Amino acid sequence: MAQSVYIPRLTRGALKVWRRNWDVFFKTYQVNFLPPFIEPILYLLAIGFGLGMFVGEIDGVPYVEFIAPALVAISIMNSAFFECTYSSFVRMYYQKTFDAMIATPLALDEVIAGELLWGATRSFIYSSVMLAVLIAFGVVDLPLSLFILPFSFLAGLLFAGIAMCFTAITPGIDALNYPSFLFITPMFLFSGTFFPLDVLPGGLQLFARGFLPLTQVVTVTRSLTLSDFSPYFLYSIGWISVLTVLFFFVSIHLMKRRLIV
Amino acid sequence: MDATTPIIDAQDLRKTFGSFVAVNNINFSVFPGEVFGFLGPNGAGKTTTMKMIQCVSPKSGGSLKVFDREAGIYQRSIKKRLGVVPQETNLDTEFTCFENLLVYSRYFGIPKQEATRRIEELLRFVQLEEKRDVLIERLSGGMKRRLVLARALINNPDLLVLDEPTIGLDPQARHLIWEKLKVLQAQGNTIVFTTHYLEEAERLCNRLVIMDEGKILVEGSPADLVSGHVGSDIVEAEHTPEVIACIENMGVSYEVFGDMVQIFTDNPREVAKSLFDTCNPGHVFARRGSLEDVFLKLTGRALKD
Repeated sequence: MAQSVYIPRLTRGALKVWRRNWDVFFKTYQVNFLPPFIEPILYLLAIGFGLGMFVGEIDGVPYVEFIAPALVAISIMNSAFFECTYSSFVRMYYQKTFDAMIATPLALDEVIAGELLWGATRSFIYSSVMLAVLIAFGVVDLPLSLFILPFSFLAGLLFAGIAMCFTAITPGIDALNYPSFLFITPMFLFSGTFFPLDVLPGGLQLFARGFLPLTQVVTVTRSLTLSDFSPYFLYSIGWISVLTVLFFFVSIHLMKRRLIV
Repeated sequence: MDATTPIIDAQDLRKTFGSFVAVNNINFSVFPGEVFGFLGPNGAGKTTTMKMIQCVSPKSGGSLKVFDREAGIYQRSIKKRLGVVPQETNLDTEFTCFENLLVYSRYFGIPKQEATRRIEELLRFVQLEEKRDVLIERLSGGMKRRLVLARALINNPDLLVLDEPTIGLDPQARHLIWEKLKVLQAQGNTIVFTTHYLEEAERLCNRLVIMDEGKILVEGSPADLVSGHVGSDIVEAEHTPEVIACIENMGVSYEVFGDMVQIFTDNPREVAKSLFDTCNPGHVFARRGSLEDVFLKLTGRALKD
């Protein structure tokens, strides 16, 4: 079927795959919930308050409030990306979970879609926990910051799709270190996270605005936590929406190419 | 579907990976209530054939119908009626036995109450009711295989496909799986399985094919294959020129394997007697012909991988 390559067969079956991962997550919640609590506290204390002592303010904003939305954005990125690279690869390659699923009425399209939705859900869960910590520290504006909750799912889906593309083409689990160090780590540092984009050289600035997903996500979360909107806000929302849809379908297509032989 | 409509019907079925031909234009039909075996050395194309039947691997040529529907088109409706035991045990290690089956039942859209009832029943059937709430990693290899079998039965399948169901198990565990498959067979289930354990095929199959290098070499019931290809009995004697000369004189068919001569015959007593009487054969050993003899005769004795 030439056409089935391009049109994914999606039904509510994807939700059953999602539900399986959800069940696993909550079976092991003790190990899953501590990190998102601890991590922002460490960053807030060390960088926000520690380093912030010397930085003072950026554009009239206390440093700790400047990096708080970036911490949420990074957590959205990391949770979906690492879920849909290493964890999905383990399920696909080592545990043969996908094989078990496609031996049922589920199609591979639904299995991958379920994995992507789950990656986005992880972003939602982790960023929610993190947001709660940030609210407790009083470093984000309310109630606008609560819009981060629905947004984290959308942005999480973007990173899940990107991650799944890498998983679909990686020769082995070790090769996933490449996107982690060459893509995720630079984004972590150069997406307007710990210092504003406009201190970067012009070319790099354009690159970050045009091509780095985390830049868009930080733009949105920072607008929300500081209640400060620029035209970039809409640009970033649009950028994320378009690329999320694109990567969703491309990653399913690449996975089918890898697994249906 | 009446009894004469095959559950699986393959015509010139072909599968290639690049220039490698994994399944080379094979023909076979499996009928309702049959236990049908695929026997062959590693790399014969058995697993590839199973994957095409399961609708997870598209064929490269020919036709393959399961439940009278084209396997390449009606994947979902076919898979709904299949029970699959894969070669590799792929249970969810984070879950207990019960949870594994429950999660799996959701993939088939079985309502929870109904699923729970079936799960208890299936755990009893595979003798794992005491392990109901135990995590997978605490199960032995045999228990895991039995749980995979139970999982394959969760949707009351009309066709059970097993790829090496007893691979890597000790004799006790293997016999227990056979016992369960015998029960399923007696209930009238249609079962297709691959194996390279010849005893397994001999015990379970109504009919089987022997595959090698992507082709089906022979097809038939275990008994017919044995009598047709090696005769009912085999007499083994030492391989000496004297013995060979003798056998040539008797005009019976034989084969030489290393330091041994095998004579295929339906009359072992007579052959053994005339060996002793006329040609000083040293050790002589008579036994029933088995599927293993057919297998080795057809696929050769060379190591396959």
